[in-house]
Amino acid sequence: MTAWPTAAEWAVVALSLKVSVLAVLVTLPLAYGLAWLLARRRFPGRILLDAAVHLPLVLPPVVTGWVLLLLFGRTGPLGHWLEGTFGLVLVFRWTGAALAAAVMALPLMVRAMRLSIEAVDRRLVGAARTLGATPWRAFRTVTLPLSLPGVAAGTMLGFARSLGEFGATITFASNIPGQTRTLPLAIYTDLQVPGAESAVTRLAIVSVLLSVAALLASELLVRRSHGRRAHVL
Amino acid sequence: MSFDLALTYRAGESIRGCTIRSEAGLVAVTGPSGIGKTTLLNCIAGLDRPLAGHIRIDVTTLFDSSANIDLPPERRGAGYVFQDLRLFPHRTVAANLAYGERPDAHWMSRAEALDFLGIAHLARRYPATLSGGEAKRVAIGRALLSAPRFLLLDEPLTSLDPARAEEILRLIERIRDELKLPTLLVSHAASEVERLAGEVVILAPG
Repeated sequence: MTAWPTAAEWAVVALSLKVSVLAVLVTLPLAYGLAWLLARRRFPGRILLDAAVHLPLVLPPVVTGWVLLLLFGRTGPLGHWLEGTFGLVLVFRWTGAALAAAVMALPLMVRAMRLSIEAVDRRLVGAARTLGATPWRAFRTVTLPLSLPGVAAGTMLGFARSLGEFGATITFASNIPGQTRTLPLAIYTDLQVPGAESAVTRLAIVSVLLSVAALLASELLVRRSHGRRAHVL
Repeated sequence: MSFDLALTYRAGESIRGCTIRSEAGLVAVTGPSGIGKTTLLNCIAGLDRPLAGHIRIDVTTLFDSSANIDLPPERRGAGYVFQDLRLFPHRTVAANLAYGERPDAHWMSRAEALDFLGIAHLARRYPATLSGGEAKRVAIGRALLSAPRFLLLDEPLTSLDPARAEEILRLIERIRDELKLPTLLVSHAASEVERLAGEVVILAPG
């Protein structure tokens, strides 16, 4: 067995990390905002928003990828607008793989964050207000810090989901080496090649290691900031 | 007039009314449980919205439905000591005390408050590690340090043993006599009410 990771494997891992990190970073503030809205506000259309957020969780990923293709393809309404306004093309690019991963990760991130925001005692927010805090300060100093374990858990879940994203990615961003061939797509590609079992095994091991590392990192982060009683999972 | 309020508000399923006009420094509100005593305090602090009426404390109008005045809680200047205390669990005692501290209205420094309440030695602890009496004194200290215009005390002696309760009672007397903060006290204990209050308001059904 050759020393590893080989350059090609390393490129796949680096691309996967790049795609997943971008997906999670972009989704993080959006997911928290949605989680807060769903946890704390009652407004018309709330159920529809809730359903829309959860849709990627229940739809076949291929369908999600196809919808992304319709919306963000170069002739799709959003894709056309992005290209015209910012010169940004997503389809068949690594940024497109990140978009697919982000959409698939969003519901998991929102769910984890929403649970932890709901668990923050609203009476504490009231106490902060009587002590002179504006709604924004009460949010920053009470709701946000107390919901951080959920943010970490959601981020970890979203990251793991992004690393594993397959169906929507291959549909929307295709399987282009160096551009959109992330770990799962590389494993799938190798599976199609007779005699590439060892390549599959090696990439699968890398997958497991990355996921476990993400899990441990977020668990440690939460313990460090919230004491031994806090858990991500 | 320290307290001038006339309110109708929703408490649970029923609609309650309450009128208080008093010059007394400490007014006690009493009545059976479920009558809406805490809701009344929440309305005064701005955490619940009354259906109609007005709330004036000293010269400040906090709420007046006919004049469309409804100050948000952060501008009412209530020093609210909740029955369940509501100390911030993720902040140390010192950080809890500092939360509402106002440098512009410093009629009592933090050192003075710590000394007044006898909680200086607790500064670095977290609320979860405090005894009931300690936590209550910290909650009172946090309210006092926010430079309140008035105090709202919700059942300040519940869940305390007699010795601790006596300690808190003396503290409330000192706040009444030395700091002269208009105080509204909610309690169902007759002895406590008799000893402290300049005026007693009894909420009754109907």
